[in-house]
Amino acid sequence: MSRLELALQHGLSQREYETICASLQREPNELELGLFSLNWSEHCSYKSSKRFLKLLPTAGKRVLQGPGENAGVLELENDWCVAFKVESHNHPSAVEPFNGAATGVGGIIRDILSMGARPIALLDSLRFGDLTPQPPSRRGKGECLTPPRFGEGPGERSRQLFTGVVAGISHYGNCVGVPTVGGDVSFDDAYTDNCLVNVMCVGLLKRSQLKRAIAHGVGNKILLVGARTGRDGIHGATFASEDLVGETEAKRPNVQVGDPFTAKSLIEATLEVCQFPELIGLQDLGAGGLSTAPAEMAARGNVGIAIDIEEIPLRDPTMTPYEILLSESQERMVLCVKAGSEQKFLQIYRKWGLEATVIGEVIAERVYRIRHESRTIAEVPISLLVGGVPEPDLSPIPSPKEGGESPLPLREGGTGVRWGGAGGEVGGKNGRSWREALKQLLHSPTIGSKRWVYEQYDHTVQTNTVIGPGAHDAALLRVKGERFGIAVTMGGNGRYCQIDPYEGGARAVCEAVHNLLSVGAEPIGITDCLNFANPTDPEVLWSFEQTIRGMADAARALELPFVSGNVSFYNQSETRKIYPTPIVGMVGLLKDIELRVPMGFQGEGDLIYLIGKLSGKVGGSEYLKVFYGDIGGELERTDLELERQLVTVMLALAERRLLHSAHDVSEGGLLVALAEKSFARGLGARLELDDLSEEYLFGEWPSRFVVTVAPEREDALKELLDEAGVPYQRVGIVAGDALELGGDGVSVTELRRAYETALEL
Amino acid sequence: MKEFLVRVLVEPKPELLDPQGQAVERAMIELGLKNISGTRVGKLIKFRLKAISAQQARERVSEIAQKFLANPVIEKYSIELEELE
Amino acid sequence: MRAAVVVFPGSNCDHDTYYVLKDLLGIETDLLWYRETNLERYDLIVLPGGFSYGDYLRAGAIARFAPVVQALPEYIERGRGIVLGICNGFQILTEAGLLPGALTKNISQRFICKTVKLRVENNATPLTHLFRYGEIIELPIAHGEGRYIAPRETLERLKRNRQILLTYYEENPNGSVENIAAITDETGTVFGMMPHPERNSERLFGTGDGLRLFQGVMQGPAGTPLP
Repeated sequence: MSRLELALQHGLSQREYETICASLQREPNELELGLFSLNWSEHCSYKSSKRFLKLLPTAGKRVLQGPGENAGVLELENDWCVAFKVESHNHPSAVEPFNGAATGVGGIIRDILSMGARPIALLDSLRFGDLTPQPPSRRGKGECLTPPRFGEGPGERSRQLFTGVVAGISHYGNCVGVPTVGGDVSFDDAYTDNCLVNVMCVGLLKRSQLKRAIAHGVGNKILLVGARTGRDGIHGATFASEDLVGETEAKRPNVQVGDPFTAKSLIEATLEVCQFPELIGLQDLGAGGLSTAPAEMAARGNVGIAIDIEEIPLRDPTMTPYEILLSESQERMVLCVKAGSEQKFLQIYRKWGLEATVIGEVIAERVYRIRHESRTIAEVPISLLVGGVPEPDLSPIPSPKEGGESPLPLREGGTGVRWGGAGGEVGGKNGRSWREALKQLLHSPTIGSKRWVYEQYDHTVQTNTVIGPGAHDAALLRVKGERFGIAVTMGGNGRYCQIDPYEGGARAVCEAVHNLLSVGAEPIGITDCLNFANPTDPEVLWSFEQTIRGMADAARALELPFVSGNVSFYNQSETRKIYPTPIVGMVGLLKDIELRVPMGFQGEGDLIYLIGKLSGKVGGSEYLKVFYGDIGGELERTDLELERQLVTVMLALAERRLLHSAHDVSEGGLLVALAEKSFARGLGARLELDDLSEEYLFGEWPSRFVVTVAPEREDALKELLDEAGVPYQRVGIVAGDALELGGDGVSVTELRRAYETALEL
Repeated sequence: MKEFLVRVLVEPKPELLDPQGQAVERAMIELGLKNISGTRVGKLIKFRLKAISAQQARERVSEIAQKFLANPVIEKYSIELEELE
Repeated sequence: MRAAVVVFPGSNCDHDTYYVLKDLLGIETDLLWYRETNLERYDLIVLPGGFSYGDYLRAGAIARFAPVVQALPEYIERGRGIVLGICNGFQILTEAGLLPGALTKNISQRFICKTVKLRVENNATPLTHLFRYGEIIELPIAHGEGRYIAPRETLERLKRNRQILLTYYEENPNGSVENIAAITDETGTVFGMMPHPERNSERLFGTGDGLRLFQGVMQGPAGTPLP
């Protein structure tokens, strides 16, 4: 086999191979090819995405560390800072859901640790195929369907992936002692072949403790700490950069197995050594292992690094240098420490029962040099290895969608179905009442309670979780000894992006903002994970660009910086692409934790107000999907000026303690939001709505909150809203134990039963 | 029909990390059991099966082991058959 | 009073428990590394929750051989102070034979994290004397192996001696026999409980019931001895 063929087999393109040869002025050897294949993979180099990612705003007054490190860092109050990032583990989870998800959790935790921060919370956004898929013949025709009952039909693979992923997150997150406080789960056929597992970790640190993944100072030592190196996941990063096709079985690398026990010790030991002034920098070994991490550290410090491969502790002594460098064994980190201080570092790790070895040193020549028994067996310039990859020649073509021509069935005029009249039973195809529609929607796995999921996650360890999963739009953490709190949220709706990627991107940002505002917190920064299909498909690349533009415009309007993120391409099989799915993780600051606003109705007699955009369309809603088997429709573009006003006014309302409760209206629309508010205390509401159409009750247009206010504070609320110029409307009063509307009612107990039993496996 | 006592031993594939085996091995060494290596922790699934022959029994057990008892991505299995009187 | 919270590799509620004892109650408290064997200076030793040694093999099976656990029998025999195992700590104490019975996988076979209601079955112990007999309290649980089982004779002895301190009320989340959530040994100085009192020791997290349990220990080894 020629060297070029070998390069192609490593996933490098001919052009990339030629660039390497030209720069080195020789052919690379096999080990060097291995180094390039990982460093230049999409997963590690962002070669197809970086020119689009530049569109995202990254500056802000609280930004201490923006993109380019292992995680972003924002300043909070009193010298406290928050480090956070989201990462995907989609491909490994599709192959082996338990270990794939578990190692995804481990990887992002170590990223946060690399900043010198203690991991304090995890969130997960998960996407799976429908657990009960619709037969294709019944889809997309626009006729009204009876939704399938959960627990019937096929969807067995999606179910296995779902239960496996949840078990993996539970296993790893619980053992490692970091609470899983939020996230979201939804189900759609688009994710049947490629599930999405995006994990976000949040860490807390003092400003002075901030660390970087950097190496400098010739003669300083490179330490490898944590677990031993084995033949795990060789070529995992290149694997994540290819479509999931039939031959996956054969190409599959050895599954990486997570060890949360070792990880827990690694966290404690690393936080101990972060106190040593001799620590120069540290980095997690993620996808790419030792072939990428030291090179990236050297690149940041403008130095070179030499590694002595025989020093690396192995699980299997027969491993070759190639296997050692490309191994993706979990629970390992690389440290750069001042020469002469090695022993005190090694001691701490050994106290915790971990491996710790000096494996190399910083050198002046800016190369990554691999030595085996003093002989150089690979040597590559750092500048070529890190960031030297030529950008692939890809350009997004305008898809047929551009110019407003949606390939999906439009429902511009709404569905034409209205409820109301005397008994409330009139209207609705198949004679369905709004009560039945609401119950069925609450019972759908995407909208229904995720209790089955989050009760398997330890969400109370570390004793900071003030608002945990399932209780509100965002989770809320206290910081011991401080007044302020940290609100966190994570989510995103791929269906919106499938219909209109620009609007979907904007909504992903705005909805995260709403989630934080509902709690009373001020949004301060964003991390994102962009999950897309194959970027060499111009239409995929187009949707990627549009999504980023939508996110960027929304973030710019709301003055929110992106401080970290991740891109996952190639989420497609031979027959199916996922929806373009941006997942947004966002952090908010609540100045005083006592000012937090609950989600649910608090007391009878409180008045219910709808704030924001008061009317809109049904397009893209969960309602259309559940009852019409249709993901189409028109998405109205978000009014970013209104969004700005909502941020200001919601913060002012919370600060003046005018809100007894607040909830963002999102998936499922207005009635679902009201039902969710009723569950907390079993309190119902008498609703005063004029419009009883399907689109009004179940449409998912953006920029809306449902809040409650005490009757004696009603005037103050209205005054503030009038001043801000934000539209509002009184929609009812908290009363009784049922939701009543148009002379018809349904008990909260009945609604709750539908909601709570949506996911019972 | 004959009746067999079937033992299916499921264990992590040899090339994969077994964190449990590793932790158990370390503890055994600390407790004084020196000179041990290669500790792996698996599961034993035991049941009775009626079949015409040992061969048929083995085939049927293999099928269910591949499909259900072991996860071929991360585990291997072995089957022991014992004919019951 | 001086307390120790033991740190095993894999403990993850050590800092939470330390925070309640030290910062909320002002008790002089040390984080005690699992290799320590000198327990003389402590009036209270807490084995905290977590996954010591990853809970590999069985929860608590490896930690029970840790030097600090090996030093416990002498500490208990001399009646020096109180030993409290919370969650993983309870599992370690049963594995070590310092409390009767065993903790097995939840009947659902899944980890479960939620707040549960508990009934106080014996309030004449140092741990529970600030509660009323029969009081219903709320504490979070978070475990995968919390189903308490014991042979019939043991159960009868536990009941006869009033060694059962807390039982799950209204709902049994893990399938424990007799709804058992917390027990003590025959000396009345060794305690094991699956729920986490340290996770409900502030009003911010609910009723704050957990704090009264630690306050009870603080206010006296005084608590009325068992009959």
